[in-house]
Amino acid sequence: MLTRIEWDWEPGSREIANISQWQKKFNWIEEPYVSPNGEKIAAIVNLAEGEFNVCVNGDTWETVFDKIWYLRFAPDGRLAALVSEAGEWTVAVDGITWDNKFGYVWNMMFSPDGKNIAVAVQQDMTYGMALNNIVWKETFSNMTNPTLSPDGTRTAAAVQVVGFGEGEIHKFQKGAFTAALDGKTWDTQFVNVWKMAISPDGQKTAAEVRLNLYDYTIAVNGKPWEQTFGCVWEPVFHPQSMAVIAPVRKNGKWFLAQDGQIIWDRKFVQLWHPMVSENSNKLAAIVAAKYGKWTIAVDGKPWSVSFGDLLTDAVFSPDGNRIAAAGKNDERWLMVVDGVVWQNTFDMAWQPVFSPNNDDVAVKIERDGKYSIAVNDRIWDQACDAIWDPVFSPEGDKILLRTLQDGIYTRRVISVEEILR
Amino acid sequence: MAEPAKQIEKKIMDKGLEIGAQNLTAEQIKRVINRVLKSESGARLKAYVDTCIHCGLCSEACHYYLSHDKDPQYSPVGKVKQTLWKMLKTKGDVSADFIKKASQIASTQCNACKRCAMYCPFGIDIAYMMLTVRRICHLLGVTPLYIQDTAHSHAVTMNQMWVKDDEWIDTLQWQEEEAQAEIPTLRIPLEKEGADIMYSVIGPEPKFQAQLIYQAAVIMDVAGVNWTMPATPGWDNSDMAMYTGDNEIMGRVKRAHFETAARLRVKRIVMGECGHAFRSVYDMGNRWLGWRMPPIPIVHAIDFYYELIKDKKITIAKKFKEPVTLHDPCNVVRGGGLAEKARYVVNAICEKLIEMHPNREHNYCCCAGGGVINCGPPYKMTRMEGNRIKAEQLFAAKSRGAKVLIAPCHNCHSGLEDINHHYGLGYEIKFISDILYDVMEKPV
Repeated sequence: MLTRIEWDWEPGSREIANISQWQKKFNWIEEPYVSPNGEKIAAIVNLAEGEFNVCVNGDTWETVFDKIWYLRFAPDGRLAALVSEAGEWTVAVDGITWDNKFGYVWNMMFSPDGKNIAVAVQQDMTYGMALNNIVWKETFSNMTNPTLSPDGTRTAAAVQVVGFGEGEIHKFQKGAFTAALDGKTWDTQFVNVWKMAISPDGQKTAAEVRLNLYDYTIAVNGKPWEQTFGCVWEPVFHPQSMAVIAPVRKNGKWFLAQDGQIIWDRKFVQLWHPMVSENSNKLAAIVAAKYGKWTIAVDGKPWSVSFGDLLTDAVFSPDGNRIAAAGKNDERWLMVVDGVVWQNTFDMAWQPVFSPNNDDVAVKIERDGKYSIAVNDRIWDQACDAIWDPVFSPEGDKILLRTLQDGIYTRRVISVEEILR
Repeated sequence: MAEPAKQIEKKIMDKGLEIGAQNLTAEQIKRVINRVLKSESGARLKAYVDTCIHCGLCSEACHYYLSHDKDPQYSPVGKVKQTLWKMLKTKGDVSADFIKKASQIASTQCNACKRCAMYCPFGIDIAYMMLTVRRICHLLGVTPLYIQDTAHSHAVTMNQMWVKDDEWIDTLQWQEEEAQAEIPTLRIPLEKEGADIMYSVIGPEPKFQAQLIYQAAVIMDVAGVNWTMPATPGWDNSDMAMYTGDNEIMGRVKRAHFETAARLRVKRIVMGECGHAFRSVYDMGNRWLGWRMPPIPIVHAIDFYYELIKDKKITIAKKFKEPVTLHDPCNVVRGGGLAEKARYVVNAICEKLIEMHPNREHNYCCCAGGGVINCGPPYKMTRMEGNRIKAEQLFAAKSRGAKVLIAPCHNCHSGLEDINHHYGLGYEIKFISDILYDVMEKPV
């Protein structure tokens, strides 16, 4: 695999494939996906009834499958999909299937470097996870919230460990669920276990839990915080201290707590998606400071700008000093960076991307049914039938655009200045 | 108001209520009641309680009251008197038996249909008061068993029917395959980021009524809609936690729903023919989370069919011949204003619509909604006896020629099936999509 620095960053454009030609070869082609470096475009294609394949830059995989779904490029450029053959399901990577076969596979996840691929699996109506073709030794009667550790080497999920029949509500309320890390369960059972996080060192698992019908808290390695709350949302680990941070609800308002203690001095109508910057120790979250007024709070202080419809996909800059997010007001999508809203509005906007030098913010946008890129509130002068998320060059001076127009998939590298000028 | 008929008390055994009430202490009851009344219900409840002049005009609105020969116990105000007023008056000093009874009244003798709010001279929302009672009972662990089990399903799976993550996707792929026998190139596009529409359904559809997903896929395909369905939890728009008073689970389920739609970057969520789910995504769930309106616009199936037919994305090959009557579901007609659009659609696909009376926002509830049918078999007769007025209304439409009853809501559909059989009305009951799928132009 080539690292980003080794990708072709020579300004210019190259036609990679004409996928309208594929239409003639196959019954239908499904949604195309492109590789991170832009060199490949791939789609699931139908050959005949019950015969599917994957077409990459015009070439198909060697094996034809009964069904293929969830085709995605891993961050390292490998192409993975969930495939079915003779009634069994597995993962295929660049056309090669895992040895293990299952009753069903879903929820494919990649580690940030793409080296690790995990899926949820069902075999004979028992559930577990598989990581790089290695399956949990222990499986469970039900499993939810599949999770991959930050480095992609460990998997976790909420699992059912006590059976209960239809209508056995009081047995259910005694606790039938726990968390499992690599298939090994906590010793404690809870009424519910939901979203979880695995610590960066892979040693701890933290999860939202419900202790009874109305007391919620966060459990870390099976041990609940001493404090209980009216509700909690997803925990995150502090990357350095390994402290657990989570939104908690008390007396009808939301707070941010760390290891059970409230750490921000403000309460919010809503507070979720907490995030900790890798490099600056800043803590941020999406909040509703007032009812129906959504913004970002950084270290407890909300931005003065707010959105009425929605605020989503907040992201830190690499140095952790800046934040960008996508917002929505009156059905128009907007970008907000460090509390300042862009002038341009969009029919749709995706998650913003910071340049490696933290200076610029780029985002995929949609207007009037066409797709383009905006950088620092300036829109690229071309609109396409499809476009994928922008990728900055390692120095941040160039941008990789992966575009589809009239069936022709083109890989382009342009200077950021070309959009900004 | 007429004089009441003689009341015969019937004892219903419900383990959810019986076991739940067993361990309650007076202190616990008092603490929970006062917490909800003071901290959660606040000004809204106080305004309602202070404004009500006990005139009883709400009574004539209630199908339970009318069906029980105007027994005041079944009047909306009577139900408030038997539950919330006593809690207020005693400052929470009530017994476990009282809580049990209050739970039963609030959960099974009120469909939260809000018809009475239209008859109240002050517009007092009595359904809100009944839901406040349910909230108190939830916090005391005294909720009818069947609906509590459903709330547990929501909590574990984010759907109403204990449908496991893989079963959902498998069902969609199965329905896609089935539909490809009819339209070979048809797809149910999973996880298609950037589609215009996310189509969302309720738990019973993959569990028992997969043909409805099939029909929706055909309608989407023929209309050329750029659509998707999620392969993750968040696909189910339904919400019985909303009706058990488990607001936290309601919020959790709705958050999953809206964040799934936001993740898929769809512009709208189109939902199937469900009423209570509309209430949950359009009013209660989103607002509990802090969204004034749904963060991604919600389009109910009636509205969506209206759009497809009006914009000629769907054309009708041959109208449905049998005379139909139309039941206006409370949550989407009284609550969502879709009465005229429903008639536009029905008139476009059927040769003859015979109105039942009253209709539109004045229509009688099916008696299944508000979570009542989800309280299960122990309360089937509560619904049958509590909605004789509906049977009379349907019989009158039948006597004027209606043969098919259209019920564009899942709970209405199931509840009316029970009414239909219990009172021997002889209707065939259909969703709009059943008829639309049959009469629309499809590729040969």
